[in-house]
Amino acid sequence: MLIAIALLALPVLCVIAIVFGRHGWNHGLVHGGCAVAAAVLVVAGLRHLGGIGDAPSVVLPFGLPWMHAHFRVDNLSALFLLIVNVPAACASVFGISYVGHLPERKRVTPFYPLFLFGMNAVLVADDAFMFLVAWEFMSLSSWLLVLAAHERPENRRAGMVYLTMAVFGTFCLLPCFGLLAGVGGDYTFAAMRAARLGPLAESLVVVLLLLGAGSKAGLVPLHVWLPLAHPAAPSHVSALMSGVMTKVALYAIVRVLFDLHGDVGWQWGAVMMMVGGITAVMGVLYAVMQDDLKTLLAYSTVENVGVAVIGLGLAIAFKDDGESQLAALALVAGLYHMLNHSIFKSLLFLGVGAVTHATGERSLGALGGLLKRMRWTGGTFLVGAAAISALPPLNGFVSEWLVLQALFKGPVVPHWAMKFGVPVVAALLALAAALAAACFVRAFGIAFLGRPRSASAAAAGEVGLGMRGAMAVLAVLCVILGAVPVTVTDHLSAVVTPLTGVQFAVSSDLGWPFLSPVSNTRGSYSGTVLVLIGLILFGFAIALVHRLGTTAMRAADPWDCGTPEDNPATQYSGQSFAQPLRRSFGATIFRARETVTMPDPSDPAPARHKVTMIDPVWSGLYAPLIRLVDWIADGVNRMQYLTVRLYLLLMFCTLVFLLLVVAVRQQQ
Amino acid sequence: MIAVAWQMVQIILVVALAPALTGYVRLVKARLNGRRGPPVAQPYRDLYRLVQKEAVVAHSASWIFRTAPYVVFASAWLAACLVPTFTTNIYLAPAADLIALVALLALGRFWIALAGMDVGTAFGGLGASREMLIASLAEPAMLMVSFSLSLVSGTTQPAQIVAFVLSGNVGIEVSLGLALAAMVMVAIAENGRIPIDNPSTHLELTMVHEAMVLEYSGRHLAMMEAAAMVKLTLYMALIACLFVPWGMALPGDGAMGALAGMGAYTVKMLVLATALAFFETAIAKMRVFRYADFLGGALLLGLLATIFLYVSEAV
Repeated sequence: MLIAIALLALPVLCVIAIVFGRHGWNHGLVHGGCAVAAAVLVVAGLRHLGGIGDAPSVVLPFGLPWMHAHFRVDNLSALFLLIVNVPAACASVFGISYVGHLPERKRVTPFYPLFLFGMNAVLVADDAFMFLVAWEFMSLSSWLLVLAAHERPENRRAGMVYLTMAVFGTFCLLPCFGLLAGVGGDYTFAAMRAARLGPLAESLVVVLLLLGAGSKAGLVPLHVWLPLAHPAAPSHVSALMSGVMTKVALYAIVRVLFDLHGDVGWQWGAVMMMVGGITAVMGVLYAVMQDDLKTLLAYSTVENVGVAVIGLGLAIAFKDDGESQLAALALVAGLYHMLNHSIFKSLLFLGVGAVTHATGERSLGALGGLLKRMRWTGGTFLVGAAAISALPPLNGFVSEWLVLQALFKGPVVPHWAMKFGVPVVAALLALAAALAAACFVRAFGIAFLGRPRSASAAAAGEVGLGMRGAMAVLAVLCVILGAVPVTVTDHLSAVVTPLTGVQFAVSSDLGWPFLSPVSNTRGSYSGTVLVLIGLILFGFAIALVHRLGTTAMRAADPWDCGTPEDNPATQYSGQSFAQPLRRSFGATIFRARETVTMPDPSDPAPARHKVTMIDPVWSGLYAPLIRLVDWIADGVNRMQYLTVRLYLLLMFCTLVFLLLVVAVRQQQ
Repeated sequence: MIAVAWQMVQIILVVALAPALTGYVRLVKARLNGRRGPPVAQPYRDLYRLVQKEAVVAHSASWIFRTAPYVVFASAWLAACLVPTFTTNIYLAPAADLIALVALLALGRFWIALAGMDVGTAFGGLGASREMLIASLAEPAMLMVSFSLSLVSGTTQPAQIVAFVLSGNVGIEVSLGLALAAMVMVAIAENGRIPIDNPSTHLELTMVHEAMVLEYSGRHLAMMEAAAMVKLTLYMALIACLFVPWGMALPGDGAMGALAGMGAYTVKMLVLATALAFFETAIAKMRVFRYADFLGGALLLGLLATIFLYVSEAV
């Protein structure tokens, strides 16, 4: 009931936004309304997970005439309602003050409630038709938001690529659901759950699902729209597109593979693990090379989606092998990572939004020294950066730890592809995690530390209370989700029980603060104990040093080896920081080449440093595809200029062909 | 209860002995170079001298610069408290396994890299970017070593690995040799020893760790130096614990077992320190852009260690 009210309020807000578009208070009101709706949905999700709640499924009399609209909330939907709406509420609160200053605000405010509506409707849909309608709602409203600032050519290109990939995704999902419905044509999820699929249909469903939902989630090589579209939208919308919409795509994967299909072979699990591993490493390698903060965060989303998909693939492989407890562990790890990523990615995007609001700059080459000028934004961004780098005691580390513990159990599956593939995937995951830390040391260090690299960075001031509050809530959630991992995994076990068929229980031999998923001797971690002892040692170190020595401190110019430079351009830039990584990793993958042209000593011309890189996915896959499509289109275009005789011949041939088809069919 | 007592002993032991270990390594290196070398207790005097001095902080530095030394020291100390040294019966052992230990050290590295970038000089950025390159390869190699150890012993907790090895269930395995080689390469990289970094260099363009702490002075510099010493002790203790745990006391051995464990621990530390000194004197530091080859080799050795376990049918 609560969910229905909140969901219906969102289109109403859209209408309000259009009707009162001329007034300035419209933007704050609509975003505030969205925040309230999202908060109501969070409460509804929590209530369902807690066990209280009214009738979880309802059939409404609209939609297709022979099949009404089915809606249902189960534990998985409730979890994803939380994953979607907690960042949505914070982004809406952020948007109340943020949108008022955007020049394109009139094109943002009407479509933002529709975007939230689409995402939430996907989660509660219980038949394929409503699912796809809501999916399209989500895609199209986010496309309109991407095009909000359409004066800039890169945003128009982003809109084009995004629309193409979104249409491709739906084009793959339609036959996927068609195959699941089978010959009977019953599109309700209940019927799909009960149906048995033939062997070819089983594999096709998985392939189509990975292509369709995987492109929306951002799996390599279908990720190319992400780093174009996410930076183009306003920051609070990017936060939701990156942190939340990708999770809705992963919800589709979990729903179909674990619930509706139910019988996926371990080979597909191995494929998903490998795709996830490659996605993770490629995503973070791209991220490390970026100067634009929002593009950097978009590529980092690709990396985290890869990590979650590794968990999902592992769960499928374990489930097919009969290792239900390990399957539950892997699935809990994947879901935990999705929850964590939605929180800290939204936090990071909102931080970048605050930075662009305060300075007007988005590129690392124009920022610097912001921590001293924007203390709250810097502090919360630091929490987000530490969380996404998987540092204890924050939440990012807990989910990475769980995924690694599940991976270390991977060789239990007796197939050789798994035995050799799991160490490779573990190496890829570990590499991605370490590179992510490097990426965010770079992002936070260049943007917030050091000296300002531009006048607007030097003149930055802290943002308003609403924006700071939204970021603070997400930062506190990062800390809490890392501090009570046992509570979170207990609730996630309730979610995975119907999907894996077994009750997953974290071993509690060591007591509540210790997370020991397999057994208490296999591996255990306690963030609370580490923080407690760490703080004691920290305090003790400070006390000891102050006791033994002096507390005197003096401010002076930087030493800088005795050659201090006033010009902030002499400090490391984003590209300088990435140079060792670019030379080590980028030389082969991105064909990164650096050329330095030094003029003669008497020549006053400046020296030039040029870096060239290629995007291997774009130049390897998409550019040839686009050339092929252009070539076919050129060929077909010649049909516009044929003579009358050739047109008549064409019609005659078509007639003959159709007659042949009818004759053959009549024979059968 | 006895576990709490041994834990307190270990907490004090690791931080009290760390400067002596560094002093011993410097003494052996000096003797190998034909010099008399400073006494083993010199690092204690250096730290005491630094702590007495006023800390000079740049104008452009933020609170990260001032808190980083304590965070780095506390994280290294905490990690060193969790690795069994003379007995596995320490109270906090279940709080972190090998993966969490790696991440705890990553936390320290995150802060020290940020501190290097905080003042806004070119050298801090230099050190931080090189350190993150080293970390991006050394951490996965360490995780692959943990993976192969977990496949052999069925656990990722160091204390349980020791119990498994000491119960005689492990024969001679090629994989363990490969894992040891990978671990040694990772330890050299993480502690900034030759051939990755020269801890006694004065040339800024050859620095990695020193470049990040270039702006520090007084008690802050003392904390950073102490953290590096504790980290060296930690890695040596980790190598000894995972690959040569004989002599370590198990739960149930009394005070005599613990004393024997301490004797064994001291011997192992001295052997490893001497080996490190010989190794550092024998080879030269490598170019920065060859780090990827060296550490990529360590990652590959870790991966091979895991895969060879299937070939030898130990799994």
